[in-house]
Amino acid sequence: MEKIRLTIDNKPVEVSKGTTILQAARKVGIHIPTLCYLGLHDLKIENKPAGCRICVVEVEGRRNLAPACATDCTEGMVVRTHTVRVLNARKTVLELIISDHPFECLTCAKNGSCELQSMAQEFGIREIHYEGEKSTYRPDTSPSIIRELDKCILCRRCEMMCNDVQTVGALSGVNRGFMAVVAPAFEMNLEYSTCTYCGQCVAVCPTGALTEVDHTNKVIRALADPAKTVVVQTAPAVRAALGEAFGLEPGTLVTGKMVAALRQLGFDYVFDTDFAADLTIMEEGTELLGRLSRFLQGDKDVKLPILTSCCPAWVNFFESYFPDMKDIPSTARSPQQMFGAIAKTYFAEKINTRREDMVVVSIMPCLAKKYECQRSEFASDGNPDVDYSISTRELAQLIKQANIDFKSLPDEDFDQPLGESTGAAVIFGTTGGVIEAATRTAYELFTGKTLEKVTFEDMRGLENIKSASVDFDGLEIKIGIAHGLGNARKLLEDIRDGKSQFHAIEIMACPGGCIGGGGQPLHHGDSSILKARQQAIYREDADKPLKKSHENPYIHKLYEEFLGEPLSEKAHHLLHTHYFDKKKKITIR
Amino acid sequence: MSKYNMHLLVCGGTGCRASASDSIVTQLRKELESRGLEDQVQVIMTGCFGFCEKGPIVKVMPDNTFYVEVKPEDAAAIVAEHVVKGRKVEHLLYLDPEQQAHVSDSKHMGFYKKQLRIALRNCGFINPENIDEAIARDAYAALGKVLSEMTPEQAIKVIMDAGLRGRGGGGFPAGLKWSLARKNEADEKYVVCNADEGDPGAFMDRSILEGDPHSVLEAMAICGYCIGSSKGLIYIRAEYPLAIERLKIALDQAREYGLLGKNILGSDFDFDIELRYGAGAFVCGEETALIHSMEGLRGEPTLKPPFPAESGYKGKPTNVNNVETLANVPVIFLKGAKWFSEIGTEKSKGTKVFALAGKINNVGLIEVPMGTTLREVIFEIGGGIKNGKKFKAVQTGGPSGGCLTEKHLSTPIDFDNLIAAGSMMGSGGMIVIDEDDCMVSMAKFFLEFTVEESCGKCSPCRIGNKRLYEILEKITNGKGTMADLDNLRNLSVVIKDTSLCGLGQSSPNPVLSTLDNFWDEYIEHVMEKKCRAGQCKALLRYEIVAENCVGCTACARACPVNAIRGERKQIHEIDQSICIKCGACFEKCKFDAVIIK
Repeated sequence: MEKIRLTIDNKPVEVSKGTTILQAARKVGIHIPTLCYLGLHDLKIENKPAGCRICVVEVEGRRNLAPACATDCTEGMVVRTHTVRVLNARKTVLELIISDHPFECLTCAKNGSCELQSMAQEFGIREIHYEGEKSTYRPDTSPSIIRELDKCILCRRCEMMCNDVQTVGALSGVNRGFMAVVAPAFEMNLEYSTCTYCGQCVAVCPTGALTEVDHTNKVIRALADPAKTVVVQTAPAVRAALGEAFGLEPGTLVTGKMVAALRQLGFDYVFDTDFAADLTIMEEGTELLGRLSRFLQGDKDVKLPILTSCCPAWVNFFESYFPDMKDIPSTARSPQQMFGAIAKTYFAEKINTRREDMVVVSIMPCLAKKYECQRSEFASDGNPDVDYSISTRELAQLIKQANIDFKSLPDEDFDQPLGESTGAAVIFGTTGGVIEAATRTAYELFTGKTLEKVTFEDMRGLENIKSASVDFDGLEIKIGIAHGLGNARKLLEDIRDGKSQFHAIEIMACPGGCIGGGGQPLHHGDSSILKARQQAIYREDADKPLKKSHENPYIHKLYEEFLGEPLSEKAHHLLHTHYFDKKKKITIR
Repeated sequence: MSKYNMHLLVCGGTGCRASASDSIVTQLRKELESRGLEDQVQVIMTGCFGFCEKGPIVKVMPDNTFYVEVKPEDAAAIVAEHVVKGRKVEHLLYLDPEQQAHVSDSKHMGFYKKQLRIALRNCGFINPENIDEAIARDAYAALGKVLSEMTPEQAIKVIMDAGLRGRGGGGFPAGLKWSLARKNEADEKYVVCNADEGDPGAFMDRSILEGDPHSVLEAMAICGYCIGSSKGLIYIRAEYPLAIERLKIALDQAREYGLLGKNILGSDFDFDIELRYGAGAFVCGEETALIHSMEGLRGEPTLKPPFPAESGYKGKPTNVNNVETLANVPVIFLKGAKWFSEIGTEKSKGTKVFALAGKINNVGLIEVPMGTTLREVIFEIGGGIKNGKKFKAVQTGGPSGGCLTEKHLSTPIDFDNLIAAGSMMGSGGMIVIDEDDCMVSMAKFFLEFTVEESCGKCSPCRIGNKRLYEILEKITNGKGTMADLDNLRNLSVVIKDTSLCGLGQSSPNPVLSTLDNFWDEYIEHVMEKKCRAGQCKALLRYEIVAENCVGCTACARACPVNAIRGERKQIHEIDQSICIKCGACFEKCKFDAVIIK
């Protein structure tokens, strides 16, 4: 690799060709501030439209200032990052951005975690010299996401996520000049666009322009209602990230503290979505084996590869973009919905409670789950299986409001019977985890042999598309894994073109899987946080005594007492679903 | 085939057509037919003559008689007098304002005397809808020469040696641009003609496309041969329907003649051109924004590098040249690089087309050698300031150019001199400003345009220009402070220094150049709340002069807000706190008792 030498603030730096000034500066400990820039390098995601102009620096011999994030280093370059000219420009630009931003910090959902706010603090902004008209837009609320574009600073990170990473294309820059803003086509409501509610736009928004719909008050009211039995379930990825909201190191597992906090909040039963994840494996794994054996028997109509269906944003995506292939994904409901269905039937019976008197709350790393639990097919006589889905961030907020000193909580265990889970269920929280869990069970059910080594390294990591091949006693099973909907699209197009070699494919909408979900504590562009969460998930798996879903004793009990066997009629009724053609037709009147 | 002994050239540019020049054509033909002269005299609708101030124009060849402000009903006189009897129709001739005499030959008109028409060489001479006429004027001869006699490298060297620089605004050497696009290897490359002329009041590119489309098509083919491309794209704004229509005709004819398509002129060079329509966004004149617009993406610029020569349309090497630049290319090959490089100044060769507008007598399109002074352009070609008013400034370079003053009048116009003077060449807009114009309002006017046309991508341009506009508005409303003037300057400097593309990097120019050259006017607005040009309404003050007022009550009755008090036959008075400065009293008073202060 060709090397380039330059100086930044008189410090000599040597970098390889193609390195930006921003990267080179960070190498020598010079932190050039950025606002629109976002680099999730472990995921190969980068946003550098060079639009905010906060990172401008002086380059000797150049007429105007250069954006450090998008300007490549050249041999002999002399860069200065804090001259009077640069500081004045940077501060003026920041003042301009703030001059078109509402002063609502105290009541903003992003108060304390807003990148614009912290930049104003770092720059010591005390006065705005250039006040004038502020752009105003009507607020837009969808089942999962709220858009308050008065707060949009046009960093375009959401647009990059929505278009380049997710290939959903719900958001893009519209209008010109001062009226420019990021919005769905024709500035329609997000609800009517092709949005999948993956929430990646929310996950990267530096300000309060994109936030989740807040259900914490509904949860507080349910907890305060003596007539209600309130049951909570927690998704696997939550425990690997919740601690960050309380200042703990990324990657700290807080399962026990989380359970203790939920109990203190007043939930009557603290259960685990992981239980339902094990249940999912039973159903989905059986479905896979069923399709596989039909295929081996020469059935030409069998749909392979089978696609996982745990991720609601992914379900929305194929319903919108690949409705012609809606019979390919597994019909198994997501763990959140399986949990709700079991809680309000099996468990309600057990504790002698009517479903109307039970409130099921889910804690999810995800914003699409808010939408999923509102889908009409997941309700019985208008009573939803899952009443409220709140994000990891909302749970942190609830805990703080309830004056709970999270860090000093003792570790507590989940309640039973819906709190027991295996290591296979925990890894549902990361890309590759669902299919690894399915493989552990499918192998044993198919071959009748014990799987000695339960970890599959090929299925782990953060590469865009992973593939693995597993020997099922002489039968080679090929597995594909995609995280991020853009990667999913590639695998789907291969299937449509008849080019796919896989028997089973796992898809998670968010980069990294649920650990990187739209409801998680904000990573602010630091992908090492996602890696740490992923490692935490695998650590929890390693520490679990049981590592295969079919070994979960409470799952056995559930089938014995209630469901019969996987794919039974009752299981079909409660644990499976069907999909809809949601191809959007836009009509301009 | 008929042998014509006389041609009647009627301007078919957008301006003259708006004044019914097509019915002049019909009327002339009718008159000729009624006299059985249609085989001897041909009526041709040409492209723009440039002298739009006096349009519609009809020119009679071979004697070069130049008729101005012709109406369809004048056709009878032209045929009956000029064609039949050989007598010029005196009242249709141009009246020289100084000599107060009619000038019949356009060569002797002040407007044309100092012009040198290279890019506009065929505009007003040929029927742009007939390829044969273009060929008769050497169209495609240069393409033939290049294809048969030159290697691409040799051809690029000709353009380099000629010193042709981009006429779109940047002034980047065209030959160098071509050679960069040639160097980058790719399976396909693109030649793009930038016809997204967006400066308000500018119409040089439109006139070239309307008057001589083949010169551009030929140049694109030559460029394609030079850089190794077989595909040309013309990005033209959909608001240019006539230019589009004529381009379509020209493309069809060129294809039919084998001048576009496969194996052009028997060579193994293939080249064809497609039209792409723009929605008329100013920023799409910026080449990266233009390319994104053609790709179906949002028309907004991206950072350079990578330059289009490296990664342009669909990620392929792309050469973008503006219409006027291309129109110069064929002549350079026919007359030689040396010929071209001898015209103009040391670093700016050839000529430049300007659109003269504003408070000038001869509004229109002109082409002059580089190095011509602003004085020559404004006072000789342009015929000076309208209504004998005093020259105040000239805005060059379109909305993001600067205002130049009296002291710059002797500056020879070229790329570098204009930048040194605080303005720029831009694409060639030239708006003349007289003593009745307020310079603060002028800056505000241009800012209003850039605020509207900013793509909104980068914050300094999106918000900064808006704030500049708001400060200017505050000043013209009489609410400005000295701090506002400091803010104006700082903001302008920062916007220029930090904006992503050329639009924001130059949009504060009208503010900075007026701050530099008309500081007094800003101070008057801010400190004395006075607008010397009387354009800032909020700063006007209507008063009644006691000695002139007869107490007729006419003003009080005319006032829409009842701001005027006074009994009949008593002296009236305007309550300044109520007055909305509409001027109704001023209009109404027959005794000059209402005055503007």
